[in-house]
Amino acid sequence: MSTAAAGWWQAGLLVFALAVSYRPLGDYLAHIFTTDKHWRAERGIYRLIGVDADVDQKWSTYLRAVLAFSAVSVLFLYGFQRLQEHLLLSLGFPAVKADQAFNTAASFVTNTNWQSYSGESTMGHLVQMAGLAVQNFVSAAVGIVVVIALIRGFIRSRTDRVGNFWVDLTRTCLRLLLPISLVFALVLLAGGVVDNVSAAHPVTTLAGQQQSVTGGPVASQEVIKELGTDGGGFYNANSAHPFENPNPVTNLVEIFLILVIGVALTRTFGRMVGDKRQGYAILAVMAAIWVTSTAAISFFESGHHSAAALAAGGALEGKEVRFGIPGSSLWVASTTLTSTGAVNTAHDSLSPLGGGIAILNMMLGEIAPGGTGSGLYGIVVLAIVTVFVAGLMVGRTPEYLNKKIQPREMKLASLYILTTPALVLIGTGLAIALPGERAAVLNPGAHGLSEVLYAFTSTANNNGSAFAGLSVNTVWYNSVTGVVMLLGRFLPIVWVLALAGSLAAQRTVPASAGTLPTHRPLFVGMLLGVIILVVALTYFPAQALGPLAEGLR
Amino acid sequence: MSAMTTMTSRLPSGVRQHLAALRALLVLTVLLGILYPLVVLGIGQLAFPAQANGSSVTAGGRVVGSSLLGQAFVDARGNPAPQWFQPRPSAAADPANKNDPGYNPLFSGGSNLGPSNPDLIKSIQARRQAVAAFDGVPAASVPPDAVTASGSGLDPDISPAYADEQVTRVARARGLDPGAVRALVAAHVQGRTLGILGEPRVNVVELNAALTRLR
Repeated sequence: MSTAAAGWWQAGLLVFALAVSYRPLGDYLAHIFTTDKHWRAERGIYRLIGVDADVDQKWSTYLRAVLAFSAVSVLFLYGFQRLQEHLLLSLGFPAVKADQAFNTAASFVTNTNWQSYSGESTMGHLVQMAGLAVQNFVSAAVGIVVVIALIRGFIRSRTDRVGNFWVDLTRTCLRLLLPISLVFALVLLAGGVVDNVSAAHPVTTLAGQQQSVTGGPVASQEVIKELGTDGGGFYNANSAHPFENPNPVTNLVEIFLILVIGVALTRTFGRMVGDKRQGYAILAVMAAIWVTSTAAISFFESGHHSAAALAAGGALEGKEVRFGIPGSSLWVASTTLTSTGAVNTAHDSLSPLGGGIAILNMMLGEIAPGGTGSGLYGIVVLAIVTVFVAGLMVGRTPEYLNKKIQPREMKLASLYILTTPALVLIGTGLAIALPGERAAVLNPGAHGLSEVLYAFTSTANNNGSAFAGLSVNTVWYNSVTGVVMLLGRFLPIVWVLALAGSLAAQRTVPASAGTLPTHRPLFVGMLLGVIILVVALTYFPAQALGPLAEGLR
Repeated sequence: MSAMTTMTSRLPSGVRQHLAALRALLVLTVLLGILYPLVVLGIGQLAFPAQANGSSVTAGGRVVGSSLLGQAFVDARGNPAPQWFQPRPSAAADPANKNDPGYNPLFSGGSNLGPSNPDLIKSIQARRQAVAAFDGVPAASVPPDAVTASGSGLDPDISPAYADEQVTRVARARGLDPGAVRALVAAHVQGRTLGILGEPRVNVVELNAALTRLR
C-alpha cells in the first residue's frame, strides 16, 4: 500500500474510533452534570473541602471559585518547583529558577503546558507526578465545567444560578478523567511507554559508549496529558520521545485521546439543550475544519514543499521514522486544533506552509474540536456572533437556543473574540521590536518571525506547542508568556461565565417562524464563514509576513 | 452543613473560597498526583515489567540499552564505525560537550532548524556526500532518513532502504557473508501495524544486537 493510502486508512480508523465513542461518552458526560446523586467518595471530598454540594452558585460566585482554585494552583505549583531540591525523587535537580517556575506554573494551570524547560534535565519525578500532572487533570476539568455552566445558561430560565463549581470539578475528575486515564495508561504501558521511578542510569552501549537511560512515571502522565488536551511532555522531545510514544499504535491511541472529549462534548451539548441536532451542527463545523487542516498539512509535508525536503528527498527533518509523514501530519493537525500542544514532530522544521497551517489552526481559537470544554465554549461564542450577523441581515432580534442575543451578550462575545488576537499581536510586536528579545530567534528570515508569532499564538490560545528553535528560557519570555497564558485563559473564562449568567437570567423564548434554524447546513456554512472572516482574517497580515512569505518564495 | 462549613462560614466569602480551593487542591493532589500514579506504577511493574522499565536489549549477556532508544555507533574518535549499521543523524547532544555524538537521552530533541534555513540545507548536502562515500553508493540514492535528524534525537529506526544500503559495508567490515547480513536485515524489517499504521522500518539497536550473534 502506498504511504498516502495507508495514511488515509489510518485517519479513517481514527474517525471510526471517535464515532464509536461519540454517543456513549457524550451521553455519559451529560449524565455526570445533570444527575443529582453524589457518590459516597464525592461526599467525602465535599466534606474535606468544606463546601455544601447541594447549593448552586451565581455566575459570579462560580467564577470566583474558578479563579480562587486556579490562583491557589499557581502558587502551589510555583512553591513546589522552588522547593524541589528538598523533596523526594528530586533526582538531584536544584530548585527551578523563579521566572521559569512562574512560567511553568502559569502554563500548567492554564491548560497550556508551554515548556521553557526540558523535563529530563529540570524536573524531579515528584514535581512531575504530584505537581504538573495534577494540573493536567484539573486544568482540563476547569475547561469542561466552564462550558457546562454556559450550557446551563441556555437551558435555565430566569435564575441567577449556573451550578456548583466544586461539584462539577470533583465529578469531572472522578467520573470522567480518572477512569479513562487508568484504562488507557495500561494500554500505553502494554505498548511500551515506561513507568518507573528510576533516575537516569548508565548503560554501556553495543559500540561501547555510555548512554544514560532515563526513567520516570511516564505512562500515568502521558495519558492525561493527551486526554486533558494539556500537552506538557515528560521529556523535552514530548511525544516524539520513544519512551512517551514508542510505536504507531500508541501514536494513534494518543491522537484519539487528544480528540475524544472535545468531540464527545458536542453530543453532551446537544443532549443538554434538548436538541441533538444542535450538537451535530457544531460537530460538522469542527469536522470540516479538522479534515481540511489534516489534508492540507499532509499535502505540504509529503513531497518536496520546502528547500530542506528537496535537498533530503523528503520532509523527514524533525520527524520519526516509525510515524512517517502521515502519522506526523495527523498529529500536527490534531494537536494544534485542540490546544493540546503535545508534539510528535519538531514543528519548527515543518514545511513553511505546513507550519503556517499549524499556526492558523491555533489562531482559529482552538475550536475544532478545541481544548476540553474550552473548544466548545469558543465555538458557541462564535455561533452567537453568527446568529447576530444573520439577525442584522434580516433585521430581527437574533436568538440562539431559545435565548435572545441582546447587547449584553454581544458585548461579551465581542470581548471574547478580541482578547486572544490582542494578546497574540501585541506580544509578537513587542518581542520583534525589542532587540534583546529578537535575538532569541534561531532561524533566519521570515521563519524567524514565524517562530515568535508561533510562540505568542500558542501561549495566548493555551496550546503550548512551539517552534522550539526560539530560546524562550529568558526572564523576559518567561514573564511575558506567563502573563499572556494567564490572560489568554482567564479573561475568556470571565466573559463566558458572565455570558452564562446573563443567559440564565433571561426567559426562554419559543422559536418562531422568523427564528434562524441553527442545526441546518446553512447555519454550518455561515458559522464556518464567520470563523474565517472574523477570526482567521484578523491574523492575515502576520501570516503573510511569516509563513506565507517563506512558503511562496 | 458539615462541621467544617459551619466553622468557616463566619469568614469573609473571599477567604472562604480560597480555603476551599486550597483544600480541594490538596485532596485532588493526593488522589490524582499520588494514588493514581502509584496504582499505574504498581500495575506496570507487575503486569508489564519489561515495557515499564524501558524495553531493555541484551547482547553478550549484558544489558546494552533500550530497544526504544537509538544509539550512536561510533569509534573512539567519534566517527561512524563501519562494522555497525548506522542510525539517523541525531540532534540530542549535550551542547556543552562538542564530542557528544548524539543519541543522548538527557538532551532529547530535534535540530529545530527551519525548512528554508541555509545551515540545514548545507548539513543535509554534506551528510549525503558523507553517507554515500561511507556506504559506497551514489549520492542520489541515499534515502531521506539518512540525512535528516529526527524530532526526538533518539529515533531507534531507519528505513528499510537505508538498512539495505549499509549491508555491503557492514558485511565487509565484519568479514561476513553479505547474503547472511542481508537476510538478517530482511528479518528485522517491521511492516505497518494492521497494514496501515506507521511506516516500514528497521530497528537499528535490535539489528546491531542481532549482528553480534551472527557468525
